[in-house]
This record gives sequence, C-alpha cells and structure tokens, in this order.
Amino acid sequence: MMRSPMFGRLSGSKEILPPVKPIHITLTLLAALMINLLPLTGWVLALRPDFVALVLLYWGIHQPRMIGFLPAWLLGLAIDVADGSLLGQHALAYSVMMFAAIALHRRVSMFDMRHQILHILPILLIMQLIVLGVRGAAGAEFPRWWYFLASITGALLWPVTDLLLKGALRKRPDPDEA
Amino acid sequence: MEYAPRPFFKRGPSLIARLGFFTLLSLILLYADARFHYVEAIRKVIAVVLYPLQELADMPGQAASRVANFFVSQSYLQRENDRLSHENFLHAGQLQSQQALIAENRHLRQLMELHERAEQTSTVAEILYVGRDLFSRKVIIDKGSSQDIEEGAAVVDDTGLIGQVTRTFAWTSEVALISDREQVVPVQVVRNGLRAAVFGIGYDGALDLRFIPVNTEVENGDVLVTSGIDGVYPAGLPVAVVSSIERNAAYPFAKITCTPAAGPNRNRQVLVMSRLAPLPEYPIAPEGKKTGKARKARKGG
Repeated sequence: MMRSPMFGRLSGSKEILPPVKPIHITLTLLAALMINLLPLTGWVLALRPDFVALVLLYWGIHQPRMIGFLPAWLLGLAIDVADGSLLGQHALAYSVMMFAAIALHRRVSMFDMRHQILHILPILLIMQLIVLGVRGAAGAEFPRWWYFLASITGALLWPVTDLLLKGALRKRPDPDEA
Repeated sequence: MEYAPRPFFKRGPSLIARLGFFTLLSLILLYADARFHYVEAIRKVIAVVLYPLQELADMPGQAASRVANFFVSQSYLQRENDRLSHENFLHAGQLQSQQALIAENRHLRQLMELHERAEQTSTVAEILYVGRDLFSRKVIIDKGSSQDIEEGAAVVDDTGLIGQVTRTFAWTSEVALISDREQVVPVQVVRNGLRAAVFGIGYDGALDLRFIPVNTEVENGDVLVTSGIDGVYPAGLPVAVVSSIERNAAYPFAKITCTPAAGPNRNRQVLVMSRLAPLPEYPIAPEGKKTGKARKARKGG
C-alpha cells in the first residue's frame, strides 16, 4: 500500500515540543538502565517491566531520527551482561523492537493513549518471545506464564513513560496542555 | 509493516538492512557465546562499564538496610551477643580437638601413603544482589578476579554449600547456586556413604536427588555432604537434608527431594574457597591400557 509521507509534521505529536537534545535521550536511557539494575527478586522482579525497552520504544516512536539500532543493541548487551545471560539475546530482541518502533512510528503516534497501549503490548510481547526463543534454542525450559506479566505491566506503564519523558523535554510549564 | 515509510531523505541504509545487520551481529555473538565462550572478554569490558551504575542502583537498598541496622533494639543485640559467645565457646572447643585431629589425620595418611588433602584458603565476600534472571538462580558477590577469585571455586556460608563461582569480573563475580537448573553436586549420604548427585530444580528450598534406585537405602533426614570426587567441591561440605522420598515401583528410580542446608537468603556473608588442586588424571583410557600409556608417554615427552 502506498501512502504519501506527511512532511512537516513534528513526529505526529499534537504538542509542539522543543527539539530533543541527544543528552536527554542518553540520560533517560541511563536512568532506565539503572532502574533495570535495581536488585529486585521474586514477584516484584516478575512484575517489573523492562524500563530500558519502554524508553527505547518511546524514543524510537517519537524521535526515530535521533535514535537508531546502535543504542538499542548496546543497551541489550549491557542487560545481558548485567543479568549474566547469554550474550546477545537482549541485543537481538531490542534491535527487532527498535525496528518495529521506527517502522510504526507514524502510525502509533496517530493514535490516542489507549490505542497506543494496544500497539506497545504486542511489540513488548514479541521482544520477550525473542528472548524466550533464544533461551529455548540454548536449552532452557519454558518459563511459567507470569514471565509475560512484564510485558503487560510495561504496556500499562506506557502513558506514564510518555508523561515522564515528555515532561523531561518541556522547558517551561505549558499552560495550553490538553 | 504496510505503513513502513519509504526513505525520503538520505538516511543511510534502509531500515530492513540495518535490522538485518544488527540481527546478524547478535546471532553471531549468541553463537560465539553459546558454543565457544569466545566473548568472555567483551563481557568483562561491559561489566567494568556497568559497575558504577550497578553500585548506584544498589545504593538505596544498602542504605535502607543500614538504617534498619541502626535501629536494631538493645535486647536483640544482647540476645545475639549471648548466642554468638555461646557458639564461640562451642567452636573453640571443636577447633582445639580439630587441630589434634588434623595432625592425627596427616600422620595416618602418611602411614597409609595416601595423598594429603590440600589445605584451602578462603575469602570472605558479601552478596551484592540476587541475579535478575528469572530462568537461573545466581547471585553476584562483591569480590572478583582482582581479589584472586577463580572460576569454579566453591562458595559456602556458615551452614553449608551455596554454589560455585561461574564467572569472574574485575570486582564482582557471579555465583551459580546449587538450586540453579544447570548445577549438579556430587554428594555422599553421611549415614551410609552412598554416592549420588544432587540436581538443582530452578527454585529455592528444594533439590532433587536423582537416579537413586527404588530399593536403595535412603531415609528422610539423611544428611548429604559433598563427596569431593568431582575435584570442584571440597569433600565434606553439608549440601542438603533429605526431606521426602516417593518410591513408586513403576519407575526405576525413587523421587527424592531434599532441602538445601544453606541458602543465599539466610545471610549476606559467604566464604569463597580457593580452587582445589587438580585431581590426578584418569589412569586408564576407556579403550584399553595400551593407548592410555602411549598417550601419557607422548605427553611426558
């Protein structure tokens, strides 16, 4: 299907935000990595969404030209090293996720928040399925169902991510915010 | 992906090409890591970069536990002090008799011309955090290769075996717990000397004693200690206590579940034992005596 690209739109967002500085993206990604590194265990760990994935998705969708595969891939390696898992599984999963984000960025940002969540959920699930597939190929057994809870909480946290990251961009309080 | 935009500015290679490149890169890394363990160097470099971030992330938890420590009540400290000094007396007595035993043991071993057991040194380490991987049971400790921690070293706490160092980084190392799915510990039943292997099943609080025939004499409450025949774990460390036995004549083996003697959730301090001296080589090659001798001769020459 052919579709003429819309020039002049500011990444589809209704609000006009100041241009993102690379330092913003770097800092938010580092903050997400830190949250991912928190020493959690048990149910909290199972419920904890992958914040790095969420922030990567956010920047992939809203600033596809500022971010690319390389940061996603490197952060994936960092997660693999921190978790002590097979090197490259998160790198692969994040690369595919970044592809989905950049490929879908016009589409996703057209929707309102509820429907954006419905886009984010399958992307996060695919990301987890890739990790699962790699582990399966390496001989791990299928985990219990709650392995996928992280995707659901991640998708539900999408509006919060949006709010926080948009807030990080805004320089002064905007009285016209809808 | 019907909405994928065509590139309308010069943006380098297409999206698919970039995805392909990074996918290929990841797959190569995965293959190299899984099959050949070539990428440990990369892993170590990334670990060094991550170390400060990890320290920062651990700070809130450690600060909380420090604050909690500060508000420990006087009576609790008093009780603990009493208990510890009592234990200390007991241990002192045991230690004195043990020194005599060590001397006697050495003498007897010399008499019988047995190999002496290597003396082991050990390092105290603290558990930094439990691994975040839902699939495996690992903990990270705060001593690494710069403190002479070696891969394969056994890790114990005051009650028994916890696990084994599987990866060392500069200042931290990764310990696979015996409850990890991939960990197997050769053990011996203290009561009758029966040798077996304990398998981790992937969660805390339970281990499997597998491949024990149904009619073998194992009882509830039997204490399992490391047998030391693997050359990894020193002999005699408590591993687990048998907690339930199901004997079903339909299966060749009994289903025996054990409770681990030690665990990382009891206390933060652990002891990393130094590696054992390598075991003497397997004396006879499986095919026959001659080939084994020939190979040895070649190695010597």
